[in-house]
Amino acid sequence: MIPLSYYLIFAAGLFSIGLFGVLARKNAIAILIGIELMLNAVNVNLVAFWRYRTPGMIAGQVFTVIVLAVAAAEVAVGLALFISIYRRRDTIAADQIDLMKW
Amino acid sequence: MMTVSLIVFLIVALITLGSALMVVIARNLVHSALWLVLTLFGVAILFGLLQAGFLAVVQVVIYIGAISILIIFAIMLTRRIASDTGPRFNENWGWALGISLMMFAALVWVIVSWPGFHVQAQPLDARFEPVVELGKALVSPNGYVLPFELASVLLLAALIGAIVIAWERKPEGR
Repeated sequence: MIPLSYYLIFAAGLFSIGLFGVLARKNAIAILIGIELMLNAVNVNLVAFWRYRTPGMIAGQVFTVIVLAVAAAEVAVGLALFISIYRRRDTIAADQIDLMKW
Repeated sequence: MMTVSLIVFLIVALITLGSALMVVIARNLVHSALWLVLTLFGVAILFGLLQAGFLAVVQVVIYIGAISILIIFAIMLTRRIASDTGPRFNENWGWALGISLMMFAALVWVIVSWPGFHVQAQPLDARFEPVVELGKALVSPNGYVLPFELASVLLLAALIGAIVIAWERKPEGR
């Protein structure tokens, strides 16, 4: 059988890779993809804790479903923003979108 | 003891982490999105290994079927940057790498020092139906009906917001 820690370490790795993508990539869509990776790592953790610690309660799976819904909403708004920005400024490089930078 | 599920887990986890790395470092964004599909599929297999079959299906349908396709559409619509000519990382990528590695080390340290490190899964009760329980929990007033409804309203608001934001307004009188 697989110990719980394997899942946790896997999720930690996935989260860190996503974090690197968010911090290092230039393209705004690539940053959004990194956020997706991080959310997926969280989902793996939630389901793993549900299965190993509280298999009689369904709360872990409920939280996962809600995280999924929030991720879908975030992607929809984020991509709409990027398309709108691209239309006006012809770029979605994150370091060139600095209108609100002081 | 190496069991079949452990071997499957290790193979899937390695493939998933490798493709996640490719998502982050791929130069071409379309390739990045395709690696993302493989990563999400690996996570779906892990959900299956965790006996959350419904979530595995939901992962394939929503993440692979909807979200990645949406991302690929957005990449196509911003086509000129799909094949980047400039650098794909910003100039602070060294800091980002350091922070990510420190984050990973800290998480692994916390997990390893936790007493439940080697806890094994207890077999699920044979009468326990996760899908039935999930369905009941999501609509029961004693369960999670309020977060569920809130998530629905959030999704609706996000959809309307996305349409409004991406709407191409024609300049008046021109």
